[in-house]
Amino acid sequence: MIPIVYNVRSVAQRPLSTALTALGVGMVVAVFIGMLALANGFRAALARTGSETNAIVLRKGADSELSSGLGRDVASIIGSDPHVATGGDGRPLVSPEVYVLIPLAKSFDTTQIANVVVRGVSEQAWQVRHNVKIAAGQRPTSGRAEVCIGSRLTQRFPHTTVGQTLRFGGRDWNVVCNFTAAGSAFESEIWGENEQFMPVFRGEVFQSITFRLKDPGAFDEAQRSLQADKRMTVDVHRESTFYAQQSQLLGNILSFLAIVITGIMAVGAVFGAINTMYAAIASRAPEIGVLLTLGFKPGSVLLSFLAESAIIAAIGGVLGCLFALPLNGIVTSTTNWSSFSEVAFSFRVTPALLLAGLIFAVVMGVLGGLLPAVRAARLQVVQALR
Amino acid sequence: MKYMRLVLANLGRHKVRTILTIASVALALFLFASLRSVTTTLAATAQFGGARRLVTLNATGLVFPLPISYANRIKGLPGVTAVSWANWFGGRYGDGKTFFANFAVDPESYLAIYPEIVLPADQKQAFIQDRTGALIGKRLIGRYGWKLGQNVTLQGTIFPGDWTFTIRGVYTPTDPAIGDDVLIFHHDYFDERIGRAGIAGWYIVEIDDAAKAAVIAKSIDDVFRNSSSPTKTGTEREFQASFATMWGNVSFLMSTIGLAVVFAILLVTANAMMMSARERTGEIAVLKTVGFSDKLLFGLVMIEAGVMALTGAALGLGFAKILYPSINFNGAGFLPGFKVATSTLVVGALIAVGLMLASGLVPAVRAARLPIVQALRKVE
Repeated sequence: MIPIVYNVRSVAQRPLSTALTALGVGMVVAVFIGMLALANGFRAALARTGSETNAIVLRKGADSELSSGLGRDVASIIGSDPHVATGGDGRPLVSPEVYVLIPLAKSFDTTQIANVVVRGVSEQAWQVRHNVKIAAGQRPTSGRAEVCIGSRLTQRFPHTTVGQTLRFGGRDWNVVCNFTAAGSAFESEIWGENEQFMPVFRGEVFQSITFRLKDPGAFDEAQRSLQADKRMTVDVHRESTFYAQQSQLLGNILSFLAIVITGIMAVGAVFGAINTMYAAIASRAPEIGVLLTLGFKPGSVLLSFLAESAIIAAIGGVLGCLFALPLNGIVTSTTNWSSFSEVAFSFRVTPALLLAGLIFAVVMGVLGGLLPAVRAARLQVVQALR
Repeated sequence: MKYMRLVLANLGRHKVRTILTIASVALALFLFASLRSVTTTLAATAQFGGARRLVTLNATGLVFPLPISYANRIKGLPGVTAVSWANWFGGRYGDGKTFFANFAVDPESYLAIYPEIVLPADQKQAFIQDRTGALIGKRLIGRYGWKLGQNVTLQGTIFPGDWTFTIRGVYTPTDPAIGDDVLIFHHDYFDERIGRAGIAGWYIVEIDDAAKAAVIAKSIDDVFRNSSSPTKTGTEREFQASFATMWGNVSFLMSTIGLAVVFAILLVTANAMMMSARERTGEIAVLKTVGFSDKLLFGLVMIEAGVMALTGAALGLGFAKILYPSINFNGAGFLPGFKVATSTLVVGALIAVGLMLASGLVPAVRAARLPIVQALRKVE
């Protein structure tokens, strides 16, 4: 085996060429990580929204909360169902919810309108959704025109901090609190009391009913018994599955884009690596001749040059990770086309993603180095030494 | 031009290297053109739609309907020449994996207000006369293999049940904003099945003078200001543009990626060019010895860079320009009227020129300044 230090020194010998190739690979890796971090962040925001221990009830056939509608009768049937957990005060942990979208103008550009979710919840909702925490202020008081606003909205929309008044649905609402929800899509929502929102929006109808399962393991049984109930026509989903599904359409589009774009870029980068390695080998033919004369097998030469190419690419991979790292946590927003609502989420650069980027870089390096390395291994000693 | 053979011979010496360089430039510019077209297409949707059409929505939000009775009140306002209405249906077809827009419209007034919806006169009559008839965009024919006269069943998501329609016509839109993957059916039939709720999702209002759009929009909103369902009226263009802004800063992200791609490829190409020039130090010295001037050598190296950059650019941009129309790309319905704009081609060509300068300048200057004696010493 040719010692790896030979390759490391060779790489250091040509700093400019190495730097340019590594930068090229680095950009590809940065775009790769960046785009997947976007898709990741979006998926994570929605996946975190739903809880394993909750179930959500929609009208049969409805594919989102927006298209669903349930009467008060359904709410009371579910409220008295034995599969529903009870809170400390003995009341069932059920939240029949009003779900609507309202247009809000953004702070930085009032011509940009976003469709923001307004969710009317029951008193119990704050217990049912255990990831929801009040960050500032007090919970809305029942019977008053008060709302609590998700933390991701406060930066982007005017009149959304505690003490201000937000106007929508033809009424003024006092903002009495801001809440966080572990980075989930709830943070892009406006919450208030369901009974307050009903008359303002769609009248006597809920869009969804979310409840805490008494036994999270018995979801299937709860689903079966509720869907079989002749008094109502509903679909019951596990809350976590439901929100994960809501991320599918856009999540898949983003991942697809990431893979297509970086795939094409990667081909370009591999071409670049091939060029660099061919040139490196052409200018180092005498060196290779010496190696062969010393008794190194062609196989060793092949491996050695593959390693060199991989080293250059790995340097690029590290650069790419460094470029992509500052993206982590940057908040962006887009419309989730499954629910038609705007969702804010942050780029998520995870260790797994960085590792994938590095592996991707090394694979590009090996692919790019393969043909030139084969040529190096096949060099005739006499010809190379001339 | 007599030196063109020399340039070509130089390029042909390392065929693999030349081809790889051209290919990576082509890939970069293809990607650049594709990504930039996403942003230009989104921006162009704001230019779609008739200037004389207004859209009236419920001020509370676009998921809230308006009473059907508003049609007559809007029609009576000064400056209004025609009114039509529609309601989003959101039905699902088959397994629901492929989605297309479908909504209920008032057939006669809708087709009259949208001359961009083009279909044969007999199909138009058949659609208007059949209460359970449907009109579909031509893309749906290709996607599902539907035929005229065929029955199609949608599952209602907002309005439950199975809804069966008979395809009575296939239209071709002349404006990309209309969309060619849409199914429309009779509002009257819809209204009857949902129990005569008397609702319309939105109104389309035709006015007599585009210049008066803002005034008329305000007069419509004033009429309903103190009613149970206040309205929000704007031009159709504003309505289209609001959909484009819903992507948020996706457009910004796209252009950033596009720039990253160009930059990455610039590095790769510059590197390849410099390497090939370094290898030819001896040769350049020989050319100088036989009387090639510094200027000429500078030019030759630049032309070599230019041939690679411009060939790559022509291939990449040309491929993007031809590919998307030929596969009838519309971004799964999100990017109606997707096209590679002329401005994109121009910017792409400028990038290629920039690439030529960036990758050719260092080797070309080096070639021009090369001291003969020193260079020849290295030649065997």
